[in-house]
Amino acid sequence: MSAFATLERMEEPHPAPPPSSGRQRGRLTPYLLLLPGMLWLALFFLVPMVFLVSQSLQTGSVEDGYSVTWAFSTYADAISTYWVQFVRSFAYAFIATAAALLIAYPLAYAIAFKAGKWKNVLLVLVIAPFFTSFLIRTLAWQTILQSDGIVVTVLDKLGIIQVLQWLQFIPNDQLIHSPVAVVTGLTYNFLPFMTLPLYASLERLDPRLLEAGGDLYATPWTSFRKITFPLSLPGVVAGTLLTFIPAAGDYINSHLLGSTKTTMIGQVIDGQFLRVLNYPVAAALSVTLMASIVVLVAVYIGRAGTEELV
Amino acid sequence: MALDTSSPSRVSAKGPAPVYRKSRNPLVWVREHIISIMAFFAFCYLLLPNAVVILFSFNKPNGRFNYQWSTFSLDAWKNICGAPGICESLTLSLKIAFLSTLAATILGTMIAFALIRHRFWGRSGTNLIIFLPMATPEVVMGSSLLTLFVNIGIPLGFWTILIAHIMFCVSFVVVTVKARLASLDPRLEQAAADLYATEAQTFWRITFPLVAPGIGAAALLSFSLSFDDYIITNFNASPASVTFPMYVWGSATRGTPVQINVIGTIMFLLAVAIVGVGQLISMSRRRALK
Repeated sequence: MSAFATLERMEEPHPAPPPSSGRQRGRLTPYLLLLPGMLWLALFFLVPMVFLVSQSLQTGSVEDGYSVTWAFSTYADAISTYWVQFVRSFAYAFIATAAALLIAYPLAYAIAFKAGKWKNVLLVLVIAPFFTSFLIRTLAWQTILQSDGIVVTVLDKLGIIQVLQWLQFIPNDQLIHSPVAVVTGLTYNFLPFMTLPLYASLERLDPRLLEAGGDLYATPWTSFRKITFPLSLPGVVAGTLLTFIPAAGDYINSHLLGSTKTTMIGQVIDGQFLRVLNYPVAAALSVTLMASIVVLVAVYIGRAGTEELV
Repeated sequence: MALDTSSPSRVSAKGPAPVYRKSRNPLVWVREHIISIMAFFAFCYLLLPNAVVILFSFNKPNGRFNYQWSTFSLDAWKNICGAPGICESLTLSLKIAFLSTLAATILGTMIAFALIRHRFWGRSGTNLIIFLPMATPEVVMGSSLLTLFVNIGIPLGFWTILIAHIMFCVSFVVVTVKARLASLDPRLEQAAADLYATEAQTFWRITFPLVAPGIGAAALLSFSLSFDDYIITNFNASPASVTFPMYVWGSATRGTPVQINVIGTIMFLLAVAIVGVGQLISMSRRRALK
């Protein structure tokens, strides 16, 4: 569990190495330690990215081979054909991230401040879902959301199904194979990634700050708004990123819980690469996805950074 | 979101504890415990699918799909390899997870030591390259690796999956081990040096045992990441190398054998047992230190 909690610490500047204890180590040592791992990442993460960008600018076919022709038109074609799937992916990822934040915040808060000696047990329960394969758990949602299941029956009695139908979130009176099912699955699958960074930042909160707030006649709500929430912002930023990025690229949920009307961009890239074998279009879509995520994340971190200072 | 105003520290600061009378109004009770109630529902949401997986491992479905409850049966538990191909895919996944965990843990731990224990030119660049794979959608990593392998003509299969898994596990290992290393008290090593321990002795007797839990956690994390990965694997696999997640994906259209749930349940119980034993060990260690 520490693994996920610590992801959040990446946001902080790294603590300086301790003053060199004992003898000065060789100047080459760090490079020797880095070499094998960094070489691996360079060869199988950075170099493939270069190949991907190059592939997206090539023309040709699988049989005759490809050559770089700086065909930027591939991008225009790919985006104009699949912009719907792009928008849909980001919309689903955004809703799932917002929902995960709303669910995970009270959860992390309860574990940090109300669990007492049960803290460790509850933290294990948060990561427990990971112990069963992602795909098997997503298939379990098929059972949970199916038309004659308990969930649908209860929601139907409460009139929620009718509301969702009226809002056009579900095509008929079923939850399964609807956008609602896909977003439910996405929220569920990335909820622990949201909860653990939130917990890590809430746990470090000094309770004396809240006491001071109370002594100065702040209401609980004011204390939360002015003390707890601002201090948990690093966790909010880390958690939303760890949820949004994988959710935007995910297509397991939309494949297993959705329909052809919920196709996300990952599914298109997968299909173009592995079935249609149109490598340039697939690569262009992949590069566009990566670029848009980098831009969104940069804007978001920039904004969150300034908010933190206020 | 109401803060807990009855926390002991506050009460002591304000003199004698005010006596709260238990309210009989259920709405007031809900208001007072709203956060715990929300947390309870969040846990239900998180754990419901696991409960369904376990329950449906005892099902005897009517058709090819194990989505609807019909009758209780132990058939799948008695014959785990009964579904064609399932155990082959499981063996392949375990093999890849084991090898990639081994490699990624070694590579990642070395990087973590370099980053925490040394000051060198290119540190922030190194940190960035470690961070990038964790911030890249799987579909982009999978497709870029496929482009590389196709362009330089490496046949897809076991080795390409292994290469990919080591790649995406390394970063997670670095982050996990780094956190543990950063929280180590440097005075422990200084004390060892003061007591004339050589650098190797200090490393193996002081540093390594203290970092070991972090390395263990990193290895567990890599194992589960590798074992569970579908998207990147699917891009770099061949029809001859079907991993367990690929098998499950395929079964969603072919028909889901109950054995999938049995294996999911076994993995779950095994992981809970490993975490439980780990907790017990750290608890008894702490007690021994007191």
